[in-house]
Amino acid sequence: MVANTRNLTSLALALHRVSLWLKSSRPYLMLIGFAGFLGFWYLSVEVWKLPRFSEMPGPTQVVREWFSKDPTYGLSIFVPEYYMHIWVSTRRILIAFFLATAIGVPLGLFLGWSERFKQFVFPVFELLRPVPPLAWVPLAIVMFRGSETPVIFLTFLASFYATALNTMLGVESIDVSYIRAADCLGATRWQVFRHVIVPGAMPFIFTGLQISVGVAWFSLVAGEMVSGQYGLGYVINTSYTMVRYPTIIIGMVTLGIVGYVTSAAVRLVGDYLMQWRTRELALGGDR
Amino acid sequence: MSVLPAAVQSFSPGAEPVRKGRIRINDVVKIYGADDTGILAVDHCTFEVPPGEITVVVGPSGCGKTTLLNAIAGFHSISSGSIYLDDQMLCGPGKLKAQPGPDRIVVFQNGALFPWKTNIENVTFGPIMQGAMSSAEAYDKARDMMADAGLRDVEHNYPGEISSGVRRRVEIVRALMNNPKILLLDEPYRALDSLTKSVMHEALLEIFYKNRVSIFFITHDLEEAIFLGHRVVIMTTRPCRPKKILDIDIPHPRDYSVLTAKRFREFMDETVAAVHEEAIKAFAAGEKER
Repeated sequence: MVANTRNLTSLALALHRVSLWLKSSRPYLMLIGFAGFLGFWYLSVEVWKLPRFSEMPGPTQVVREWFSKDPTYGLSIFVPEYYMHIWVSTRRILIAFFLATAIGVPLGLFLGWSERFKQFVFPVFELLRPVPPLAWVPLAIVMFRGSETPVIFLTFLASFYATALNTMLGVESIDVSYIRAADCLGATRWQVFRHVIVPGAMPFIFTGLQISVGVAWFSLVAGEMVSGQYGLGYVINTSYTMVRYPTIIIGMVTLGIVGYVTSAAVRLVGDYLMQWRTRELALGGDR
Repeated sequence: MSVLPAAVQSFSPGAEPVRKGRIRINDVVKIYGADDTGILAVDHCTFEVPPGEITVVVGPSGCGKTTLLNAIAGFHSISSGSIYLDDQMLCGPGKLKAQPGPDRIVVFQNGALFPWKTNIENVTFGPIMQGAMSSAEAYDKARDMMADAGLRDVEHNYPGEISSGVRRRVEIVRALMNNPKILLLDEPYRALDSLTKSVMHEALLEIFYKNRVSIFFITHDLEEAIFLGHRVVIMTTRPCRPKKILDIDIPHPRDYSVLTAKRFREFMDETVAAVHEEAIKAFAAGEKER
């Protein structure tokens, strides 16, 4: 085992994992799953024409519209506006996610690290956390001018809670032996924080960030439906009021894809920063 | 220590013949909770850990021997009494909790190598944190010591990539990097199977013969205690107090042939009844608590 992994670069490790993945049954089951889902959609809308699905666009209509050079309802991959919507939404996510991480991770670290700080802050935090971002919409609009800041604020909120909470749990999950070992070895309180608390909480922090980027999309779309002139949430909402049904589906599918890409990016950064963990897991965790 | 370059040796007070690392435990009492209603874990405990020797403390699980180790290491306070390391009071009247430090390093029951640092980063952690060595010096010394302990091949692995037996060895080297006066080992081989354990015992003795650091070793395994120890302290079950202190006169260096030697069996015969008696008491107490 040792000889096998000692000289692996991270690229080789990544390739190794991809080849393992291709050898397993997982990718093929995944394809069958997608085919089943699309098949059901196609059959129920376009073949059987089930009553509940009568207003719904079928997959062929959506695909034709999505890839059309001259889309009936105005939005396809050949229309620059489509990318404008994606970019505006992604930009809002990036800003909100960045702010939530920059504030949430340090806050969570200190919540977990200092019992006293936690006693001050955590009760307030726990009281605010159950309030859904949608309930913040009126206050957000009153507090912030324009249409951009309220949407970013709403997106930030949900992300922030997930990040701060998971970071705190991460610090609390650290085995006290590691802290004691560092004390024995002569580390100061600040060195313990830097070399034990932060890396020890890292797995939980990245779990938190993945949840955080997911819920960011969640509240972003809610925010864009209420206020804003661009963005995928706005596309879905206006297409509904303007009866452009295929465009709704295009907006939804695009959200799914872009959301998945952002989650995967967070996971990749996590794997890169936590080589030790990736390697432990790559060995199958048999020890 | 002869492998160290001269520049590094000047940092190592352990290079001269060791007559340091004597622990004296005087009348130590530890009560968890309030003085009158709390649980008495350690009851007027007095004994000595001679310098440059291995002292093994044996007692049933939960008897309070780890409490004693935590008091020496500075993780917990004591209620009364005092503990000295050579002439320095670690804890005692007016200062009930010792300050943890690199002169007494603990090797933990479940291991505490930092999984996010490579083995060599773990080994260099102490001197770099203390500012006792430059990074380059620390890495030079770490490479020498790891090579000496047969760990050259795993320098750049993470602890999660090597077997638990090898991890223990890395952890001991990490401790020795700081020239501690005493190593405190808290049942370090508890989770290992008996074959791995026998290998680890010989490896520990080998490290000990090279470094001659005092060792305070906690276990519930009598055979392990007599095999390793110059001195074996058998503890009563909770509250813990020395029941029997034996000086094991089987000559060092020892290897596994000792296990079948007549003298070894005599020590076993002499002590097994005492340990068994405490185990029964501990078991009965456990039943009552339920």
